[in-house]
Amino acid sequence: MSNRMSTTQKLWLGLVILALLSPVGIIIPDKVKAGSAWGEWGADEIQKMVGFAPQGMQKLADIWKAPMPDYALKGWEEKGLGMLSLAYVISAAVGIGIIAAISMLFGKIVNKKE
Amino acid sequence: MHIPDGYLSPQTYVPFYAFIIPYLGIAARKVSKSIRSRHVPLLALGAAFSFVIMMFNVPIPGGTTGHAVGGVIVAIILGPWAASIAVSIALIVQALLFGDGGITAIGANCFNMGVVISFVGYYVYKLISGDSEITSTRRWIAGAVSGYIALNAAAVIAGIEFGIQPMIASGADGHPLYAPYPLSIAVPAMAIEHLILFGFVEALVTALIIRYFQKTDQSLLTIYGGAK
Repeated sequence: MSNRMSTTQKLWLGLVILALLSPVGIIIPDKVKAGSAWGEWGADEIQKMVGFAPQGMQKLADIWKAPMPDYALKGWEEKGLGMLSLAYVISAAVGIGIIAAISMLFGKIVNKKE
Repeated sequence: MHIPDGYLSPQTYVPFYAFIIPYLGIAARKVSKSIRSRHVPLLALGAAFSFVIMMFNVPIPGGTTGHAVGGVIVAIILGPWAASIAVSIALIVQALLFGDGGITAIGANCFNMGVVISFVGYYVYKLISGDSEITSTRRWIAGAVSGYIALNAAAVIAGIEFGIQPMIASGADGHPLYAPYPLSIAVPAMAIEHLILFGFVEALVTALIIRYFQKTDQSLLTIYGGAK
């Protein structure tokens, strides 16, 4: 069956597989006790690390309220790694859908201009 | 490498916005000339791939996490202008919808992970692969090396952006107002973790996909710079 699929179809299938596997990206760091990326700490972490909370940072840090912060669903933050993993897959699917749609639209618009 | 809100001073993030907005306009015009309508799905695949590969956080046990960006393989397939747009679309959605990377830092993040990774990756790949056969070993090795170098270049530039903040803005008490670590800490921290681990992830991703296309669909490796 796979031989009948075009390369593009196979690549979309590959993306679906990546989305389903994406929780690996939060489970493994959790298991080996790795923290956030360098320079992506929260204000309280910074306070602990350098002993003060930068004032400009405090003003800007919460300038935007993302609807699905950290690839989680509102109210699911404390529900454990299993639910976070499910939210992560949902986030991957939503993100892929929106990004693909914007890119297709962008491609159509720039192609028309020519 | 997604700089959050609050880490960059306005003196830093405003110029990056001032750069990235006209840049994306120019890139869109370049892409309209180089991309054919049948390649638009590849652009969408590239942007979505970049988005999802960035969700695969790779840990340094007991330390930080990092990830590939996926921009180098997109630059190799569709060219650096298209790749920088694809990665920027992913980054803008990450910032707005998922709070990954700051709203104020969109310009800087698109510059680091979109522009730098796409152009460094593409030109290193081109330099190493030269006019070798599409199926040659040299091609996927070129992909690996370009992935490694491009991710490290972006990491160092992000490190510089973090590191200059204490010089730019301090409060009355002398404490930095934004990212608190100086260049002497920020640049080595960003460089070392990408040199020892995360750079290899971009290398692996890039090389594996080139290898896959060499075996299954070589036409994908001749789109950009090939016959229009």
